[in-house]
This record gives sequence, structure tokens and C-alpha cells, in this order.
Amino acid sequence: MTEPVLSIRDLTVEIPTRHGLFKPVQNVTYDIRPGEIRGVVGESGAGKSMTGNAVIGLLDDPARIASGEIWLNGRRIDNLNVEEQRAIRGREIGMIFQDPLTSLNPLFTIGEQLVETIQLHLNVSSKEARERALALLDRVSIPDPKTRFDQYPHQFSGGMRQRVVIALALCSEPSVIVADEPTTALDVSIQAQVLDLIKELARETQVGVILVTHDMGVIADTTEQVTVMYNGQVVENGSTDQVLSAPKHEYTKSLISAVPRPQVKLHRFPQVSYGGRETMFKIEDLARNWTKSEPSKSGKLLEVEGITKKFLEKSAVLPSWRTYFTAVDEVSFDIKDGEVFGLVGESGSGKSTVARMIGTLLDVDSGRIRFDGEEVTTMAPAEIAGYRRQIQMIFQDPFSSLNPRMKVESIVAEPLLHHKILPPDQISGRVQELLDRVGLTRAAASKYPHEFSGGQRQRISIARALATQPRFLICDEPTSALDVSIQAQILNILKDLQEHLGLTMLFISHDLPVVRQMCDRVGVMKQGQLVEVQDTETLFSNPQQDYTKKLLELMPRLAQLSG
Amino acid sequence: MLPFILKRIFQSFLVLIITGAIAFSMFTFVGDPVDNMLGQERTMEDVERLRAQLGLDQPIPVQYVKFLGEAVQGNFGVSYRQGREVSEIIMERAPATLELAALSAIFAIVVGIALGVFTAIRRDGLVANFIMSASLIGVSLPTFLIGILLIYLFSVELGWLPSFGRGEVVQVGGWTTGFLTESGLKALILPSITLGLYQMTLIMRLVRSEMLEVLRQDYIRFARARGLSERVINFRHALKNTMVPVITVIGLQLGAIIAFAIITETVFQWPGLGLLFINAIQFVDIPVMAAYLMMISVMFVVINLLVDILYAFIDPRLRVAAK
Repeated sequence: MTEPVLSIRDLTVEIPTRHGLFKPVQNVTYDIRPGEIRGVVGESGAGKSMTGNAVIGLLDDPARIASGEIWLNGRRIDNLNVEEQRAIRGREIGMIFQDPLTSLNPLFTIGEQLVETIQLHLNVSSKEARERALALLDRVSIPDPKTRFDQYPHQFSGGMRQRVVIALALCSEPSVIVADEPTTALDVSIQAQVLDLIKELARETQVGVILVTHDMGVIADTTEQVTVMYNGQVVENGSTDQVLSAPKHEYTKSLISAVPRPQVKLHRFPQVSYGGRETMFKIEDLARNWTKSEPSKSGKLLEVEGITKKFLEKSAVLPSWRTYFTAVDEVSFDIKDGEVFGLVGESGSGKSTVARMIGTLLDVDSGRIRFDGEEVTTMAPAEIAGYRRQIQMIFQDPFSSLNPRMKVESIVAEPLLHHKILPPDQISGRVQELLDRVGLTRAAASKYPHEFSGGQRQRISIARALATQPRFLICDEPTSALDVSIQAQILNILKDLQEHLGLTMLFISHDLPVVRQMCDRVGVMKQGQLVEVQDTETLFSNPQQDYTKKLLELMPRLAQLSG
Repeated sequence: MLPFILKRIFQSFLVLIITGAIAFSMFTFVGDPVDNMLGQERTMEDVERLRAQLGLDQPIPVQYVKFLGEAVQGNFGVSYRQGREVSEIIMERAPATLELAALSAIFAIVVGIALGVFTAIRRDGLVANFIMSASLIGVSLPTFLIGILLIYLFSVELGWLPSFGRGEVVQVGGWTTGFLTESGLKALILPSITLGLYQMTLIMRLVRSEMLEVLRQDYIRFARARGLSERVINFRHALKNTMVPVITVIGLQLGAIIAFAIITETVFQWPGLGLLFINAIQFVDIPVMAAYLMMISVMFVVINLLVDILYAFIDPRLRVAAK
């Protein structure tokens, strides 16, 4: 066996806090060999990224390495001074961050940023640096590097930017790359391409890769070795095949079982049960004083007929000079009473635009939307308020969809006040009830959103959406910002609500396994058009369109697992 | 890019036509100039003659068009009080104000940005915290009080600097400058600091908070991960991103420096436009007031136009959006 290029031995990171020392990373040990990809998996807060940051010497104050050693190519690097650490950064250890949209400086061209890094690490003239930069862009498969060289980051798509970030990490042929959730912000198809690129680079340049992720599918697809972390500690270390097929530790077992399977449909999402954190959530309470949604007249609660939305791409004085981008092109579908209708597709396919048009956040350019037989697109403003009361939305990002300056109580009470559903003296009682129902404590009402975790915030969003007792719920990627274990909790809440209250739902996601579990019927969108609508089972077992087949193939799978 | 600039220029003209209307309306609505000019002992013939002479007997729209036409040529008529061409009076006074404003602006921008960057990088340092506390004085004390305090300290107590006036000035072409003599330069120091102090602290606090925001961004973290030195990160990557919003404010504040030089000029008896304007108000010298209003609005509009263009120059994302 070859010598490891990077060894982490008994690493402990500590953060002094008011309540004493907090140790986000405890006694972590693992090795990376040349050309090897090691996955580090665990929930957020497990210390995966913190370990990566310690390796590259970028721990944020006041976090510091308390004990343990890090060895790079036979040299100890955890006790170097600031300047020596900086010299290693980028030269011997490269780094790839999660969000390619924010990791490049928007005011400098791709070329400037590449040349700057190359000249910093290698002693070359600017002409040679430019040639090397072009070669690197070519290496990470960016088409037409000569033109792209002088472009700014905003002119690149997300996947292309992540390639540029990888090129930047490769500038001086580092021996290790720390990739912190490199594909979490990307689409399934782009994710597959970027992961393939990382695999190829590891094989060809013999660079060792630490791949930090919370996605078991990515681990299964990409890595050879895997380290499972829980609560700052390594609970399991081993080859990917062994860990996934025969996990030894209870936490690993429950983590693997919580991954939604595309192969089968289960009644509920299995939760990560390790550590006894499963919150009991009594759905009976919910049904107590809530009459079931009344059925619609025609049996179809929502009918969408040929809706189209165009966005202005280039403005001009004369209308005929203007160019438009068609985000949604003649999309039609129906949603029956009590049905969960899924919309899937890559980003930019128009899924969210459809949701916003149904939610009247965007106007429809042409086409019709009917809710319980009534035309929404031609409603008077007074009627729209009544319509909006019956539909509610849950958004993707639980961090930006709650007003940070409002207490949770006011956030949940706002729809009640706005639609004048209850007299003011009964509002506080109803808010408490709603919070109870989504499994939050009474004390939550007087706190601000930033005091909650992502999963808890999404519960607040759900409580807010339920406040008006809607008949129709639009969920726009409600769990894609969350961990697997939290995702299971939130999806179970939604599923229970749907079953017990007879809610009708439009469920948008790019995560196909989740869609399979949640939805009765699924529509597939591609470039603004609805290419296929099928029962979920039929779609997954027997897709009709080539595009649907392609999407299904791209799903990272836990092939080793028999679900 | 070009359509964007043309659009901005068009908008600038609209603004100027509207301020022109306001300036013009002063002639009609703020007092009767003829009353003011002729005093108590006048005959009806005198009044009629002066009205005709000043063009006040014509219909209002005709007067407005005439006013605009004259204004474009820099001709604002005759001062009611001094009986001289307004443009001549303004040209005589403008150098004093422009020199003062230029020096204050340079002081505000250079010191403001430098201190802003410093306090952002050394966020927890003792010196930085002291500067931040001290800057509150600059923001909260009114200009006239700062001027008086400076005069008391440096002119009355220490006797280092003059307390009023421009000192000796040199005539260069049609321009009188205080930059070429020692007493002229000395006389500039106190008023420039007084005038620029508020803008300096404002720019400093803005640069600091923007810079702190930028330093939290992922691309700064990524720049560190690439191994770039702190100097390159702070002054190349962070500062350029910081400047995008700061430039807008600087643009607005430059206009403000010229427009609000009035108070500083009064405190220091600075023979500039501000003092001229104050005197004009006291004597309801409407042509002077109108000319001053027009001049300030032209400056504001031009500065903001330049800022918009500069903006697109710095931020490539705007270049595309503007196309």
C-alpha cells in the first residue's frame, strides 16, 4: 500500500464559549492516499467541514486545534505559523467550496483570478501563467477556454463555475484537495458531471481528495474510502463498499436507512433514530378542531391550462427589438382533490415559475388557472385575497423565507391577522396550537428565527402556511436545504398533514427519490415545457420520454443497498 | 453600454428642466422684485419701465422659455441688488467655493476610505475602536459648531491658522486661487476640515461596514484557500467589491459638499458662493438665487451621471444588465 499523502491523527478542535469548551471535532483520525477519494459523511454539525478547515488552516476564530497532528507528505503542518500555513494553502492543499455562485470574486475575470493564483505559487511569467490557465480550463472541460478566459463569473452557469473553482484548486498541482460539499448546490445532471471530473482528476493526477458531503448517494458513487462522523467523532472508518453494505455502527445503519429509496415506495420516511432524537408528533391533535378540506365541485381542485410566462431578456425602445426568454411554455395539468402532484426537472426548467404563477406571485402571460372551477387569472383583487387564503406556499430556503426581525409568534400570526380569520384575542392561542402541531415547544413563540436550526425553521414555515387552514399547499423544494434526517421529519409532517386533512399539494423537487415517496402523480419539466405526466409508479418503473429516462439514470444510487 | 448612458443623459435633462421651472417660478411667486428695487418713492411710470426692461410684462410661458434659453448660455440676468450680471458675480465667487469643496472632497474620500479599511481589518484593535468612537463626533456634531471649535482651538488659542477669509490669492487667468500662497493654503485648512468632516466620517463608517460584509463572503474565504496574502485579499479583492455601493454615496456627498458649503462659508466668512447665496436670500435677490439653484442642480446631475457610468465600469454584472 502506498504511503498516505495526508494523515490526520487524533485531531481535536475546540471553541471556547461562555459555557466552557465546546469540541466540534474530537479525536478524528483518517488518511488519504494519492489518487484516493475519501468521503466524509455525517449530518450538519457533525464536524466534517471543521476537520477540512483545520487541515487547510482556515479555522475561524476562536476555533483552534487543541490536540492531535496533521501530516502532509511526511511534514507536520498543524503547528506551522500563519505565513507557513498560507504558503501551503493553494500550493499543496487545494480547496473546493459548496457554492460555486459565491466562491469566485464577481469583479475579476476568470483569467485574472487564475493567473493571480498561478503566479503566486509558481515562479512563471505572465505569458506562461496565461498558457497554464488556458490549459487548466481545458483540463476541466470548459469549452472554448480562450473566450471564457476574459469573461466574468456571472457569465458562467453554476456547473461551469464549479469547474473554474476546481481549476483554481488545481493551479499548482496540489497533493490534496478538500472538497466541501462540492455538488450540493448543483442539479443532478451537473452533479454527475462534476463528480466524474473529480474522479478523473484523482485518477490521472494522483491527487488525494477529501470529499465532505451529507449525501449518501454521492458517497456510494464517488468514493473508495468513507469516514462517518457523528457529533464530532468518527464512528466508522472503512472502504465504501464495506461501510454501505455492512455498517457496523448503529448510527451508520440508521443514516443509511434514512436515505429515501428510488426503488420502492414506503408509507413513511424512515428517520435517523440514533441518539433518540426522533420527535414524537401527534397528528391526532392536528385534526382536532380542523374540519377536513371540503371537496371541490368537479373533483379537480386546480386546473392549469396552457400557462406561459416570458421574461424580458434584452430591453429596447421598440417592442419588436426586445427579446424574451420563455420560462414556462404552454404548461397544462390538473390536480385532483387530496392529490400530491410532483413537478420535477433541472434548475431553470420553470418549476418554480409555475408555482409562483399558481400562487399569484407572478402574472400569467397567457393561459388559464382555475381553482375549484373559478378562474384565478381574471379575478378581481378582492377575490384574489380569498383565493390566496386557500393556497399557501412553503419555500426552499428556511433561512431567507422568515423575517429575521419578527418573533415566531408574529410570523405565524401574520396570515391570521392579514386575512382577519380570528379576533385578535384568540390569535395567540391559535399560534400556540399551530406550533404544537408542528412539534415546536411553547417557548418557541417568543424567539427569533435565527435561534432555530434549519429543520425547525422549516416547521415554522409549515405552521405559518397552515395558519389560514388552506385547501392547497405549494411546496417549492421544501427539504433540499436540509440534512437527510431532518428531511425525513419534515416530509413525514407534510405527509401526515396531507393524509389527515385531505390537503391537496403541489410538490416541487429535483430529488427524485423524495418525489417517489411523496407524490401520487408526477410531471417532468424540461426547458419550460411539461414533457411527461404520469402516475408516480409508472414514471419510475416505465418512463416514456427519453428525458425522463436520462434524469432517472443520473440519480446517484445506493446500489449496494437492497431497499 | 451606450443606450444606458443615453438614457441617463435623457433623465438628467428632465431633472434640469424641472429644477429650471422651480428656479423660474421664484421670479413670479417670491415677492415682487420691482417693489424691492424701487423702494417707497416711485412713480407708476418707473414701475412700468422697469417691468418692460426686465421682461416681466410678458406672459409666463414666454418668460420661462426665454429664461431657459438664457440659462443655457449661462446668462441669468442682472442682480437686483448689485445691478451687475449674475454670471459675472458667480464667476467671481465660484473659485473660492470650488477650491474649498475640492479640498474637502479629497480629504473626505482619502481619509475616509483609508480609515474605513483600517477599522474593518483591525476590527477588534484598540486604535480602530477609538477611531470608531471618535467618528461619532463627526457624525453627530453640527458643522457650525465644529467650525467654531476649530477656530477657537487653532486660531484663538494656538494662533496657528487664520480664522476667516481666503488669505492672499493669486489671479491665474480668470481664476483666483489660494493654492499658490502660504497664507492662502493656511486659510484653506480649517474650512476644508469643517466642511469635509461629516462626509469623511460617513464614508469611513460606510466603507467599514461594507468591507466587513465583503470579508464575510465566500470568495474571500476561497481567496484565502488559494493561498493569497492578506494584503492582496484586503486591497485587491475586498476593496474593489466594497467600492461598488460606496461610490454612489460618495457621488451624492460630493454634491452635498458644494451645496452645503453655505454654513462653513458663513462661519469662516469665506467669500464663496454660499455666502453670496445667503446674502441673496436676505435681499430677495432672485436672479442670484435662481442661478445658484440651477448651478447646484447641474452639478448634482453631472456627478450622479458620472457615478452611474463609473459604476458600470467597476461592476461587470451591470455592464451586461445595461446592454
